[in-house]
Amino acid sequence: MADIINATGAAGGLGGFFQSIAESIMTQIPFWQDVLLPALWDGLWVTMQLVVMTAPLGFLFGLLVAVSRVYGSTPVKWLAKLYVIFFRGCPPLVLLFILYFGLPSVGIVLGSFMSALVGFILCNSAYNSEYLRGALQSIKRGQLLAARSLGMTKMQGVLYVVVPQALRRALPGVSNEFIYLIKYSSLAYVVAVIELTGAAKIIASKYFMYFEAFAAVGIFYLVIVTIATIGIHWIEKKYAIPGVSGSVGKVSKGN
Amino acid sequence: MSDVPILKVENLCKSYGDLEVLKSVSFEIHKGEKKVFVGPSGTGKSTLLRCINRLTTPDSEFVYLNGEEIIHSGKKINGYRQKMGMVFQNFNLFDHLTAIRNVELALLKVKKLDKAAARKKAMYELEQVGMADRADFYPAQLSGGQAQRVSIARALAMDPEVMLFDEPTSALDPELKREVMEVMRKLADRGMTCIVVTHEMKFATSFATEIYLMEKGEIVEHGPPSEIPTSPGFVKTRAFMGSYVEE
Repeated sequence: MADIINATGAAGGLGGFFQSIAESIMTQIPFWQDVLLPALWDGLWVTMQLVVMTAPLGFLFGLLVAVSRVYGSTPVKWLAKLYVIFFRGCPPLVLLFILYFGLPSVGIVLGSFMSALVGFILCNSAYNSEYLRGALQSIKRGQLLAARSLGMTKMQGVLYVVVPQALRRALPGVSNEFIYLIKYSSLAYVVAVIELTGAAKIIASKYFMYFEAFAAVGIFYLVIVTIATIGIHWIEKKYAIPGVSGSVGKVSKGN
Repeated sequence: MSDVPILKVENLCKSYGDLEVLKSVSFEIHKGEKKVFVGPSGTGKSTLLRCINRLTTPDSEFVYLNGEEIIHSGKKINGYRQKMGMVFQNFNLFDHLTAIRNVELALLKVKKLDKAAARKKAMYELEQVGMADRADFYPAQLSGGQAQRVSIARALAMDPEVMLFDEPTSALDPELKREVMEVMRKLADRGMTCIVVTHEMKFATSFATEIYLMEKGEIVEHGPPSEIPTSPGFVKTRAFMGSYVEE
C-alpha cells in the first residue's frame, strides 16, 4: 500500500516538475521574443562587423610583417620583429584600454568601435605573422633560387612561388586565429562597443536573467564558430595541392 | 663558331671566409660547345655554375656574356639570367604548380607573354622533353626523372643561349638517370651550348666537346675527351676516373 502511494507521489512529482519547466518556458517566451533575441541580433551584427573587418586586414598586415621578417633588409626585419614583440606581448584587453582610454590623453580620439577594430587588427596581425613566417621559412630555398635563375626578381619569386605555398601551409594556424578572433571580439564590450556579449550583459543585469542571456549567447558563438569551421574546411579542401597541403593523392611511377 | 665566345669566365674567385672555393678559374665557351666539369666533391664545381649566373656572388667581376661584362649591380642581372638556363640537382620545381604551369610562370611574369602564347610555348617545351602527357601533374605526382625533364623544359622555355646543368642526375636512380641524359643529348644535337657539372664519367666522355677536371677550386686538366686515354695532359683525370670506377 505504502509502495503504491509512493509511486503515485513520485509520478505526480515528476509530472509536476516538467509542468513547472513548461510553464516557466511559456512565461519566458515573450522575454525571449521581445527582449533577449532582438538585443542579441543587434549585438551579433556588431560582432560580425568587427570580425569581418578585422580578419582580412589582420591577415594582410600579418602577411606583410611575415614577409618583411623573412625577406626584408635588416632594419625592416627589426621593425617587423618589434611589431610582433609588442603586439603579441600585449594582452588584447590592455591594448584596447590604451587605445580607448589612453590615446585621448595625447589628443587621439578613436571612439569605441574604432578602438576595438584597431586593437583587434594589431593583435590578430601579430599572431598571423608568426604562423605565416613559419610557413614561409618551411618552403625549400631552392625554389626561390630556381625562380631567380629564370630571371624573376626576388619580389616576384616571393610573390608567385613562395607565398602561394606558404599560405596553404599556414591555413590551419591562420584559421585557428580566426576562430579565436570571433571569441575575443567579445572584449570590445569593455570599450563600450555593444556587441554580442555586451548586449547579453545589459539584458542580463536589467532583467536579472543571467543564465538565459549567457546561455543564449553561448549558443550564438557556437553556431558562428561551427559555420566558420565548415567554411575553413571547405577552403582547405578547395586549395589543397598534392605535396604542398592535403593528401599527396595518386603518385605515378617512372614512365 | 664565332670569334666572340657566348660565355667567358676570367679569373673567377670565390671565398667563404678563409676557405677558397674557387681560385682564379678561367675558361670560355662558344656556340654549340659542351663543356663538362668533373672532379671530386667539394671542389667548387657547383659554386662555379652559381657564380656564372650570380645566384652566388663571386669575389671577382669577370664573367662575359657575348662579350658583355655581367655586372652585379641593378636589375640587369635578371636579363642575363634569362639567357642562362639553369638545371638543379634537386629539380627545384614549384611545388604548387602543375608541370605546364611551372614552365609557364616565367613566360608570363618575366617575358610578359599573354596566356595563350605562354601555354603554347610551354606545351612545345614539354613535348621536347617528352612530358606533354604529364602536363597537368603536380611535382609530387612525378618521378624524379620526370621532374628533372620538366625543370629542363622550364629553363628552355626562356630561350637561353647557354644551359647550365648542376649535377642533373645525381639525385636519380640509374634507370631514371638515363631518361634525363637522353633529353640532354637531344638538346645537344639541336646545337644547344651546355656547361655540365656531373659525376657520370661515361656520360661526360661521350657528351662533352671538352672535359675539365677540377681539384681544390682550380681547373687542373682540360681537353677533348678523345685524348683522355692517351694524352699526358690527362694523367690526373685518368687517375680520377680509375678511382671513380673502382667505387
